[in-house]
Amino acid sequence: MEIIEIIILTFKVSGCALICSIVLGGGLGFFVALNNFTGKKQAIAIINTGMGLPPVVVGLLVLLFLWRGGPLGFMELIYTPIAMVIAQIILATPIIAGLTMAAIQAVPEKMKWQAAALGARGWNLVWLLAKETKSSLLAAVMAGFGGIISEVGAVMMVGGNIRGQTRVLTTSIVLESQKGNINQAIILGLVLITLSFSVNCCLTLIQQRARK
Amino acid sequence: MKKLLVWLFILAALFIGSYSLAASKNIILATTTSTVDSGLLDALLPIFEKQTGYTVKTIGVGSGLAMEMGRRGEADVLLVHSPADEEKLVKEGFGINRRPVMHNDFILVGPAKDPAAAAKAANVKEAFSRIAKSGALFISRADKSGTHAKELSIWKKNKDTLSNLWYLESGQGMGATLIIANQKEAYTLADRATYLNFKDKIRLVIIFEGDKLLFNPYHVIEVNPAKHPKINAAGAKTFADFITSAKTQKLIADFGKDKYGQTLFFPDALNGNN
Repeated sequence: MEIIEIIILTFKVSGCALICSIVLGGGLGFFVALNNFTGKKQAIAIINTGMGLPPVVVGLLVLLFLWRGGPLGFMELIYTPIAMVIAQIILATPIIAGLTMAAIQAVPEKMKWQAAALGARGWNLVWLLAKETKSSLLAAVMAGFGGIISEVGAVMMVGGNIRGQTRVLTTSIVLESQKGNINQAIILGLVLITLSFSVNCCLTLIQQRARK
Repeated sequence: MKKLLVWLFILAALFIGSYSLAASKNIILATTTSTVDSGLLDALLPIFEKQTGYTVKTIGVGSGLAMEMGRRGEADVLLVHSPADEEKLVKEGFGINRRPVMHNDFILVGPAKDPAAAAKAANVKEAFSRIAKSGALFISRADKSGTHAKELSIWKKNKDTLSNLWYLESGQGMGATLIIANQKEAYTLADRATYLNFKDKIRLVIIFEGDKLLFNPYHVIEVNPAKHPKINAAGAKTFADFITSAKTQKLIADFGKDKYGQTLFFPDALNGNN
């Protein structure tokens, strides 16, 4: 069934993009929050701006880079799921980075000193802080996931909404409603919301258990 | 840590590399929204892919953008319906082997009560003029598609000014524009195939048809590999040969007959119609 294929691709693309964004965004968030360097304020301002990047602009940029005539054209990534993943990583990374940064900065300085005094260095310190701010970090992941799963403009541009190759739930909803198949569009919309709800449910359960 | 990063990088490179190797069997087909929205390509492409082993990436945009993609080497082969622009593309050397594939016709559709009395016009030029004079709503594709080019060429024959009080630009594909026109009870120019595909979802009726100005031919054009060495020229030629072959032409003639009781696209490749 076609819809199953679309759902599987949606999961693959969003999953890949989410994992990469967590690694990149989380890493960036921790790095900026825990280190003092010149230009730190500017870096924070850039990350915060990135949280509101317009998806169509990101789509356009990725398109220009990946087109055959573009600088990365030799990789032949345009109109592939990888192109969609790249666009979504660019969109979700700043969201996760910004919220991670805010969470870590909210940890009282005293606690960081205490941890450091007890011998926590480098990765140990990061691990301790991550445990401490678990529920905020999960909120960051949920926000990133929300941005990724609901995105349509950028993936439409760089993926091309090709049947059986780059058609995901959001782009097929656009297509079906343009074709006048409103019923089909509504069904796909409900599937998308259900998927999004179940993933967020799981994350919320983990988050709330962490609060106890 | 550094070692781990290096390994991750190698893995990512392998992943992307494997994708690039597989990509030589891809053909990028830039075409009009009408061939996609009517369902014709959904019927033909699986057969082509099975026969040849190529994977077709169909990008359904207006004919204008489709040809721009050809000009920039972002597409391998074009299936479009905007004859004047097509000839220009070939003349400039960006397209080769332009061949007729099929035709149907444009129709003026609008609300059944026909407030501009456009149905009474003697020809399509007059029908458009009546709409302009009455101030009844008209939705233009305004997306540089073949349909849009045709519509503009008809307006040009009259000297009416297009005022944004009644002349609205949707900037979208044929299907979306029909839906907007339906909601606003407006006139619009449509290709017959897309209109028939939407007929049971909208209340718009055919107001004017049959003028020879409304003839709508589709051509297949291969992008010139001499201009863009990176394109998949072999794949483009295979696709163009496929769509103009006797077998495919028969499929095109039969397409839609069971669903609509009439032919949506009339094959042209064999009888040399232009």
